[in-house]
Amino acid sequence: MTQITDPIPADTARPRGDGLRRAMFRFRQSRLSMIGAGMVAVVLFFTLFGGLLAPFPEHVAGGVDTANRFDAPSLAHPFGTNELGQDVLSLVMAGTTVSVLAGFGVVLIGSAIGTLVGAIAGFVGGWTDEILMRLTDLTLTIPGLILAMAVAAALGPGFANMVIAISLSWWPGYARLVRGEVLAAREEVYVTAARAIGAGPGRILFRHILPNVLSPIIVKMSLDMGFAILTVAALGFIGIGVRTPTPEWGTLLSLSRSYMPDYWWTAMAPGMAMFLAVFGFNLLGDGLRDILDPKARR
Amino acid sequence: MLYFILRRIVLLFPVVIGLTVIMFAIARLLPGDPVALAAGPNATQAEIEALAREFGLDQPIWTQYANYVAGLVQGDLGTSLLTRRPVAADIAAYLPATLELVFAAMFIAVIVGIPLGLVTAVWRNRWPDYLSQILAIGAISMPRFFLGLLLQLCFAMWLMWLPLGGRFPIILIPPPTVTGFLTIDSLLAGDMNAFATALRHLAMPAIAMSLSPLATIMRMMRASTIEVMSQDYVTTARALGLPKAKIILKYVARNAVSATLTVTGLYFGWLLGGTVLVETVFDWPGLGLYATKAIISQDMLPVIGVALVIGLLFVLANLAIDLLYGVINPKVRYS
Repeated sequence: MTQITDPIPADTARPRGDGLRRAMFRFRQSRLSMIGAGMVAVVLFFTLFGGLLAPFPEHVAGGVDTANRFDAPSLAHPFGTNELGQDVLSLVMAGTTVSVLAGFGVVLIGSAIGTLVGAIAGFVGGWTDEILMRLTDLTLTIPGLILAMAVAAALGPGFANMVIAISLSWWPGYARLVRGEVLAAREEVYVTAARAIGAGPGRILFRHILPNVLSPIIVKMSLDMGFAILTVAALGFIGIGVRTPTPEWGTLLSLSRSYMPDYWWTAMAPGMAMFLAVFGFNLLGDGLRDILDPKARR
Repeated sequence: MLYFILRRIVLLFPVVIGLTVIMFAIARLLPGDPVALAAGPNATQAEIEALAREFGLDQPIWTQYANYVAGLVQGDLGTSLLTRRPVAADIAAYLPATLELVFAAMFIAVIVGIPLGLVTAVWRNRWPDYLSQILAIGAISMPRFFLGLLLQLCFAMWLMWLPLGGRFPIILIPPPTVTGFLTIDSLLAGDMNAFATALRHLAMPAIAMSLSPLATIMRMMRASTIEVMSQDYVTTARALGLPKAKIILKYVARNAVSATLTVTGLYFGWLLGGTVLVETVFDWPGLGLYATKAIISQDMLPVIGVALVIGLLFVLANLAIDLLYGVINPKVRYS
């Protein structure tokens, strides 16, 4: 810094991808986020291959082994066996698929609806804004789990019905977030510029404004992922969810309740799986928020 | 101030109308045949039709809605299809249990969370702070129903210190009802045995409920304490040579708490709707358990009633928090 070697000022424009590299660097600096990313990687691995890697695939398919009912944890069955003699570990590994995919579906549908509602409300303004946001506020006052349970019960059991039911209570948070961001972005110079070259409202909203408000949405999605998995498990626990024998963490846990305290191990694997998956997603989401949403950084 | 409160209360009416419309739409437009479910598996078509007629479910949905609103004005929330009891009476019976649980959980969360947040902020970036951050995220990630199950396993089944579930043993005589909160009622009656019994039943569900608000309140308190500690008046106080404990307890804590209050208010509403799981695990006779039973039998009027009551309480809790703001922070003015 003592001598000037380059009299011509360097190009101030940052090279493409530099921001991403900085973000990656900051992310790697945070040990907790890295642990979260690792846990999420494991969860995603089991989501894709859990059913294939299960040591007892025949139990996942619904097969029973009545000779080995309620075996305590052992080398062959690290988490014991359940009331049907099924290997608890296999069921939990296979259950990852339903829980995580359902959680992902909920966040995806919820954020899509919420983004659309919030973007239109913020961009159009006036009466449209008023009506859409009052609807959003109303949905927020209905307890989410009760709404999801009521819709799921009315639609009947099944994977898709469960995802739809939870999504219906999931969108208002996104609508509020996106509306605020769109309201702020609407006044930016690039929007005026786009309007000046004759872009229509749809193009301005979807090609110019939305890509620029994407990072808070992604942060919220990653933070929501854990809670979506929890809600899916909660519906299963109450008894409104996918139908048995499809293995699902909440259902497995609720079945094990009847065999407490003698066969306590039947509850441990599904419960711990839920906790670890949600913990991983929350750690990752926390780290992502620090990087992508500098305003919220502590 | 009075105008502020009145205006907020008037704004409740559109909320009530909106809530009933949404819940009615869900209850009546979705597939599912609650009447057939309530009539039982062996009911004939004629019996099902008679039941539908008795409850007015054979009329067009607009008429049903108009009847419901007409009843609502008189405080009538309809009649449960399954139990044939008035929904309003059921809710009045179950609401105190849920409120007691939520208040107990919030009490634990605030009493433990605020000092912890203060401490971690003072020890910022040292190991207690890092540990608390991991524990906080862990606490939010813990499924309440699994935590409840673990508590039951440990304290009720293995150690046998606490009862497994329920609110009060049916073989004992509960204290005379004044507030509906068994802990307070037994204290009012001066019955210490009943108080201990009620408290022992309340302990595990309240702890299971309190964990995630505790973590959130702690993190909020930490963040706002750090912000307040960088203010000029704190520097001034330090320059004046005030003892550190006095600065933190007298100046920092008071200012940091007001920001944390908003979260507490939001959490109150959220907990009201979130008691379902804990009530199911601990057989706690509150609104959540009532709503769950109604939902499973698709008995929709109780569900609408519960959603309405919880929604209203949520709005009122936020109003109360807004008013409390003014008590703690005199700079707040209502307009």
